[in-house]
Parts: sequence; C-alpha cells; structure tokens
Amino acid sequence: MNERNDDLPDEELEAPPARWGSLWLLTFGPGIWAIHFLLCYVTAAVWCAKVAGRTGLLGDASLLVGLYTLVALVGIGLTGWRGYRQHRFGHADPPHDFDTAEDRYRFLGYSTLLLSGLSFVATLFVALSVVFIETCE
Amino acid sequence: MTVGSLLIWALVIGLALYVTRAHPEAHGVRSARWLIIGGGVVFPTTVLTALLIYGLMLIPELRATGDIDRRIEVAGEQWWWRVRYPQENGEAVELANEIRLPLGERILFRLSSPDVIHSFWIPSLAGKVDMIPGRITELVVEPTRTGTFRGACAEYCGASHALMNFQVVVMEPDAYRDWLAHQATLARAPTAEQARRGQQAFLANGCGACHTVRGTPADGRLGPDLTHVGSRLGLGADALPNDREALIRWIGHTGEVKPDVRMPAFGMLPVDELAALAAYLSELE
Repeated sequence: MNERNDDLPDEELEAPPARWGSLWLLTFGPGIWAIHFLLCYVTAAVWCAKVAGRTGLLGDASLLVGLYTLVALVGIGLTGWRGYRQHRFGHADPPHDFDTAEDRYRFLGYSTLLLSGLSFVATLFVALSVVFIETCE
Repeated sequence: MTVGSLLIWALVIGLALYVTRAHPEAHGVRSARWLIIGGGVVFPTTVLTALLIYGLMLIPELRATGDIDRRIEVAGEQWWWRVRYPQENGEAVELANEIRLPLGERILFRLSSPDVIHSFWIPSLAGKVDMIPGRITELVVEPTRTGTFRGACAEYCGASHALMNFQVVVMEPDAYRDWLAHQATLARAPTAEQARRGQQAFLANGCGACHTVRGTPADGRLGPDLTHVGSRLGLGADALPNDREALIRWIGHTGEVKPDVRMPAFGMLPVDELAALAAYLSELE
C-alpha cells in the first residue's frame, strides 16, 4: 500500500489494483487460530499418550503450547495491523459500503481487523486451558 | 450462573427499552461507538474470560482420581449395562442396568465396551464420557443428594440405542451397604409352586447359557446377571417396567420390545410356562 495515499482526498487516490479485492487476508486470523488449536491438541495428545501417561504432567508440552501461542499471537497481530492499515486507506469511516474498489479494499481491511481481534481472544482462550489444567488426566 | 444470566438479560432488555422508548432519537457517534466497543467487545470478553477461568479451575478437582472412596466398573454392551462393584476381598458383585451410589462418596467409574462405542451419561450427576472398545475411560462422580436419576447411552450404538437406559439410585451410605451386601448373596430358592416351575423352565430352555443366577446351575455370561433381577427398577435396560406382565412380554416378544436385541424371543413357549418364568424372575429379589 502507498503510504502517501493516507493524506490525499479520495478522488486523487491511486486506484487499488484488482488484486486488492482479494479475500485471502480475511482468512489469516481464523486460520492461525485453527492451526494453533490443532497443534496444541496434537502436541498434548502425543505427549500424554507417548511420554507422560494418563496421570502424568503436561510439563514440557505446555512450554511448546506457550511457544505456539506466542507465534500465533504475533501472526494474528501482524494480520490485524495490516487490516488496520487497509481500513485507514484514504479518508473514509466505516461501514465502507460504497460500491467502489477503494471502499471494498477498506471494508476487507476492517473485516480483517475485527476477525483478527476475535482470533486473538480465541487463541488466548485455547492457551488458558493449559495454564489451568496441568495434567493429562 | 443463573443470577449472572439474569443480570445480563435485564441489562440488554433495559438498553433496548432505553433506545426505543426513553430516548428514541439518534444518538451521538461517539457515545454509540463507546457503547459498541464497551458493551459488544470489552464486556463480553471480560465476562467470558472470567467464566472460562472459573470453569477451568474447577476441572482438575473434578477429574482427580487420587482420593477415591469407591470404584465401579461399567461396560456398555448392545444394548444394556454390565455393572461390577469390586469388593475389598478382591471379588466383584456383578449386576446390570441399574447403578446404586452411596451419598457423599467420591466414586470412580471405569468405563469400557466390548462391542461398539457407547457413551455413559447421568445428566443430573455428571457429564457424558465415551465408552470405547479396547480402552478404559474414567469418570468421577460425587452425589450430593439422595434420589433416583435417569442415565442413558449418549452415543448412537445401533438399532436399540434409544432403549439403552438405566436408573441411578443415590442412597444413604448405610442403606447402600445393606443393599450391596444383599446383592452379593446367592439367589433365594423359589417358594411358590409357580415360581418353582418357572425355575425348571428357566434351566430347561437354556436361559442359563447366557444369564447367571448365582446359586443355581445358570452361569452364562453373555447377558445380564439375573440373581436379583426382581429387585430392579426396570427391565431390558429400562425399556419396560419391572412387573410380571412386562416380564412375560419381554420373554415372549423380546425383539418387538427391543429391535435387533441378541436375546431370542421365547414366544413359542406355552402361556403358563411364560407366566411361571415371570413368577420365578419376579421372586429373585
């Protein structure tokens, strides 16, 4: 995105290329949450089945979950930041509902930002279970 | 939890009335934005986080298997429940389709299945836990009041899944001990003439190949133990009430009561023989 665009009135903005209408960025937040959930689940399952046993402690597995969580939160944060920049493109307030390429671009950015917020909280909720449940029981 | 739900409900309804009745005019952008961020983002996130932490903190205590007072083994089988009460002498009392628990004791259920996946569920006492062939799953229950509660299979397990139920009776500890001691005894010999004929019919028709009646030659292990079947609250995993009419119907039309059941129907027996069988089984209290 061109930083200069932030200060220009809408009619003088460079028109966003067609690929800016891509939906992929929207999927990043929930996608990272889903991968984080799966990794945590599989790590705990393998740890309890192969290493610690039914009544063992999660131990090092919870460190791994902490690491996954850190990486996931950074990824979701970056996605949210990217969404925020898109949302702030030019001069327009939400809900970004005009039938123009610029507004579509802002709308997708805004949606990405909100979904990233949701994914951030959901990822923290997944990690909380490891904090309070310390064993494989 | 209920109070919290009511408070949130009252708050939402109050806000709805405020904006539609008290102040129906347009609201400022700034105040609306704060309401959306505060009421739609911060408030639910805070409440849900608090509830999640509270719930997660309860789980380790609920799952702890260290300070258990008693173990009960339950196997889910198509479509009934095999219940074993291990005794201090190493032996176990095997019963079926009904579970009794002493009030205030922590009980560890060890759950298994010899055929397909079932799920053990007593909604009033605990969450459901799957019974998986080849594995033993565990559930800790601590009943806090006496009463009779319904249990059910909560995982589709075949044609008669919906007829795979049981009753759970929570009793005072003394009454429980008496009950279990009685259940551990051998079957009492039939007294009435009709019941005696019923016992002969039971043995002559091969019922003992699948059912055990302790103290008699019947020692089959495929079906439920019937040593004290007359004392149970229901028949056929709670598919029928436990009375003579229901026993006659069960023995004579088993597959009609419970589709695909493994026990063959004995509808070919003369009516008086079916009545004698029902009399015998009713006496096994």
